[in-house]
Amino acid sequence: MGRGKQVELSFDLLINAVIAGILLGGFYTAVTLGVSISFGILDIVNIAHPAFIILGSYIAYIVNARLGIDPIAVSILMLPVFYLLGAGVYQVYYESFERRGQESLRGLSFFFGLLFVTEVMLILVFGVDYRYVEAPYIGPSWRLGVMDFPLRMLVPCIAALALFAALELYLSYTFIGRAIKAVAQDQLALRLMGASPVRIKRIAFGISIATAAVAGALLIIIQPVEPSVGREYIGRVFAICVLGGLGSLPGTVIGAMLLGILESFTATFYGPSWAPAVAFGVLLLTLAFRPAGLLGR
Amino acid sequence: MRTRVFLLLLIAVAIAVFFATRWVNNDYVFFAGYTVLQFVVLATAWNILGGYTGYVNFGSAAFFALGAYSTVFLHKLYPLPIPLLIVIGGGVSGIVGLGMGYLTLRLRGAFFAIATLALAVVLQTLIVNWDYVGGSRGAYIIRPNEIALIGPYIQYLFLLMLALAVIALTIARGIERSQLGYGFATIRDDELAAEASGVPTLRLKLIATTLSGALMGMAGAPFPYYIGYLQPSSAFGLEYAVNSIAMPMIGGTTSWVGPLIGAILLGSLQQIATVTISSAVNLLIVGLLLVAFVIIAPNGIVGLVQGWIRRTK
Repeated sequence: MGRGKQVELSFDLLINAVIAGILLGGFYTAVTLGVSISFGILDIVNIAHPAFIILGSYIAYIVNARLGIDPIAVSILMLPVFYLLGAGVYQVYYESFERRGQESLRGLSFFFGLLFVTEVMLILVFGVDYRYVEAPYIGPSWRLGVMDFPLRMLVPCIAALALFAALELYLSYTFIGRAIKAVAQDQLALRLMGASPVRIKRIAFGISIATAAVAGALLIIIQPVEPSVGREYIGRVFAICVLGGLGSLPGTVIGAMLLGILESFTATFYGPSWAPAVAFGVLLLTLAFRPAGLLGR
Repeated sequence: MRTRVFLLLLIAVAIAVFFATRWVNNDYVFFAGYTVLQFVVLATAWNILGGYTGYVNFGSAAFFALGAYSTVFLHKLYPLPIPLLIVIGGGVSGIVGLGMGYLTLRLRGAFFAIATLALAVVLQTLIVNWDYVGGSRGAYIIRPNEIALIGPYIQYLFLLMLALAVIALTIARGIERSQLGYGFATIRDDELAAEASGVPTLRLKLIATTLSGALMGMAGAPFPYYIGYLQPSSAFGLEYAVNSIAMPMIGGTTSWVGPLIGAILLGSLQQIATVTISSAVNLLIVGLLLVAFVIIAPNGIVGLVQGWIRRTK
């Protein structure tokens, strides 16, 4: 009797761990899509991406606290602003490093400096207190038998998958989208087709930073945010990117789901404080055994 | 100048610095001086990998903390003399550097940089969960007040860090003028061409990573004695990661002088700014200087001075 109950309980636990993992993975997709474009397609190692995400979270927080607008709606309004920010950052990066062939040492240090400066500025303005947003879907939960779908996780997951679908369609069916994919393969051929690689890369980098606005809003829906939270996402984002295969957006979704499920299991069975170590393990193992990733070129 | 002559000269300078500081006879100068020297070691160590081979390490805080936590671990087992702890801390960090390098350095440079960034987060997770070394609460190390021959303990720590700085600078300069240094430079300039001409690039990169990691660990080993109460957040502090990159970048990465100038300038500036303004503002200044220098003056202060000399000639 008692034994049957125990099996049933752990089955509940298991299925809910899987669900939580998939929902978390959906959110990780949104966080990683931008890096998939910048690092995977454009070969720009933007380690400052998490800083832009946290910036997105704080903008969602400010507007939500002042005007009560839904955080996801705020992030959609912020898309053009983040796009311009990204295009501007790329212009500086191109002029200072890419054109001189100094991406590896100075370009990386530049992004590291950006990451660091953004974090310290947020600390100076907002302090290290945790900030959160209010929305009707934070709190309630859908239940389907033993399965539990907290809306706080479900809504970001759906929003992230919608973002993925929009980007994948854009990259596959529009001229500029296909040009972005071509930048990664053959810049000379692209130039012969009448497109300037620098302009295409600027657009693509702008889009990659624009996704950070959405990811930031989703982040602050899922958990309260303080400036240094971003650092935890550096390992995750690049682990997912490498695991999925560089430059493949569907690979990013699969990688994100896998990492989400792994972290959810780790949190359920070993305790949540171990979850940040999972991404690093995944990153090192992927680099050691299959550096091309699951769906890599 | 031969390396041996250089070493003797550095030792003479170090002795002069020590007696000058003693002559001032103010404890604060020793405390501040220790921190600046610690940054000299960290910046020089970072530059052996970053400046000479062109591979960026964002995990200086992790290597530093490894050294510091090896000391905490051993201190709980059996109290050992600090010079021995420095050797052990350096060994632990060196081995971790070697292992990480082996897994990631065969791929593109970016992967190594990303892995080092993630390493800091993971090691911090491990330490926070490890109760034996204090976990998230931190660990107390009770430092004796006096030591034989030298006197106050802080002077002893200062002297040790001075010795470490001399060792780090001698190694860095020695590498620059050796075959190893030329090997490193070929990797920095064109790794593919170097590999094709028979330079054992992977082995050289692993040597640089191990050396650099070990020196950072050595800088971290006496830290628990210096601070007295070690928390994960202070051992993995952001200031180590950012300063050990910013100092060589601002000073100049091509020779041993750059990190030394960068560390002395930025280190002293921060000692003053922390007292007069706030520590968050001074980190912001370091970050902004880093961004400004990599954009405007890619070869750092040394590069600016060289350019100025060339123009006046």
